[in-house]
Amino acid sequence: MPLIRSLGRAGRSAVALAGAALALVVFAGFAAAFPLNAINTPNDRGQSVTLTWTSPTPAPAHWILLRRERGGTFAPVDTLDGAMKTHTDEGEGAQGVQDGTTYEYRLIADPPNPALNSDISAAATPGPEWIDSTKVNVLVVTLLFFIVLFYFINQAHRGVRWKFRTIPGLIAIEEAIGRATEMGKGVLYIPGVQDIDDIQTIASLIILRNVARTTAKYETRLTVPTNAPAVYTVADEVVKSAYQDVGRADAYQSDQVRYVTSEQFAYVASVNGMMLRERPAANLLLGAFFAESLLLAETGHAIGAIQIAGTANVHQMPFFVVACDYTLIGEEYYAASALLSNEPLLLGSLKSADIVKLVLIVVIIIGCAMATFGNPALGLWFGTE
Amino acid sequence: MKRQVPFLITLLAGIFCLIGFFVPHPAIRTFYDEIQQWVIVIVGATYVLGVANLLRINLKQVSGRERDWPYKIVLLLGMVAMMIVGFTEGSHYLDPTSGFSWMYNTFYSAMSATMFSLLAFFIASAAFRAFRIRTLEALLLAIAAFILMIGRVPIGNAIHPFIPAAADWLMEVPQNAAKRGILIGAAIGVMATGIRLILGMERAYGSSSGGGGA
Repeated sequence: MPLIRSLGRAGRSAVALAGAALALVVFAGFAAAFPLNAINTPNDRGQSVTLTWTSPTPAPAHWILLRRERGGTFAPVDTLDGAMKTHTDEGEGAQGVQDGTTYEYRLIADPPNPALNSDISAAATPGPEWIDSTKVNVLVVTLLFFIVLFYFINQAHRGVRWKFRTIPGLIAIEEAIGRATEMGKGVLYIPGVQDIDDIQTIASLIILRNVARTTAKYETRLTVPTNAPAVYTVADEVVKSAYQDVGRADAYQSDQVRYVTSEQFAYVASVNGMMLRERPAANLLLGAFFAESLLLAETGHAIGAIQIAGTANVHQMPFFVVACDYTLIGEEYYAASALLSNEPLLLGSLKSADIVKLVLIVVIIIGCAMATFGNPALGLWFGTE
Repeated sequence: MKRQVPFLITLLAGIFCLIGFFVPHPAIRTFYDEIQQWVIVIVGATYVLGVANLLRINLKQVSGRERDWPYKIVLLLGMVAMMIVGFTEGSHYLDPTSGFSWMYNTFYSAMSATMFSLLAFFIASAAFRAFRIRTLEALLLAIAAFILMIGRVPIGNAIHPFIPAAADWLMEVPQNAAKRGILIGAAIGVMATGIRLILGMERAYGSSSGGGGA
């Protein structure tokens, strides 16, 4: 290095700076722009492209998202936070992406830094899907259910009958109404605290029909306080038609079913007040319950009423088990109306549910065994989002 | 006709919503979303019927001087006062400084909290009955509950680190297994009930027995 040495201190500094600048230029020129993935958003209704990328380090403060139709000119469509690693480009109207049009994307660093810009993405064409692939597992089980159900309906039409295990809580419903009749007291039916769009409320109203028929036959007063106006209108119709079914339309009273309030604890206060004032001989708590379950059940226990509860809310079951005489848990609750009606077609549907349950138990055992031996494919396939 | 029309509406709406659950395509999903809006409108309309029922029953009890009728006056006055204040304030009725919010927070929230707080006493009385050891199952329940309660407070770990670990195991293994079993059974029950309703095999509405239709 005699040449450099001959340059002196100032000359060596100038060479060093020039070298550093050259290195930066070379580095910037060869810095690999990171890839940007663009795909038609899966399982959606269209007009959407999903972008994913791995940000360079350090990432810029913001990204400017550019979009162009294939062969067109890039134009900015959005500004994204620098920390983002995914974005869905949908938008609305003429500014948004349109189904059937092919787009390409690019991310530009903001503040500008060409070294941080992304590659141009592969072309993506948004469009809707006809089947949500994340729900195929549910679809398969539903179709299986329908096939098995129609088989057992056919069997029922041919006169085949099945036996089911006895559920003490269901037998106790008629006993409880009979007890109320003997004591000259009423029956209080509480259909949960959810609105009519909850399947537990619907199941409760179907059971209410059977209960109302029995109370009508025994000429026992039935009171149904509801906490949603829609539930009130349906429950009122259910009770009225049940009284007509057994030829006791004259015994139906318009204040038997009443709307109380939609507020949870105001409802509890009202129903507990009814229990303490009217002292019904039987309390039927069938539906979706939450924090009010024990407040209702313990008050019923305190007045000495025979209590039958049923819910599919797992967290409330222990409270009912402790405070009530009988509790229908989970599937027992949903099977109650079919078992009470004893109609062959409905019992056939219960049989089909049992078969599907058996199939699922076998699948769970196989899935556990596969996962134990290092293959979780079956378990993952059954996972839902 | 009175039975067939509701059955047809249920069948068509049920099958359409079942298909809509699996199909994201706008050809189905647009109307599917529209139906969800109809539900909100219908449920909103039923509030008129609910309030009418509330007024009718309580006014009847007040006019007939039935038992506890003064309480019905309190209920009716409370409802009317809230409605008047709410309607007067229009779209601002939920503002933090509105009279409606003041009434709700001052009266209803306090009374609601009072009802909820009663749960502590009810849990104590229910637990007292639950932990009376009369059978083998009750003994197992009491032992599990004891381990769980001790394991969830600092003294459990102070006695022996095994206790909180046992409490965690109880929650994560036997409790979870039982809970998932119940949930799977309930999920199948939901499916069976839904299909029975859609196919008109089971119904709460309309006169005479349900059955048929499938």
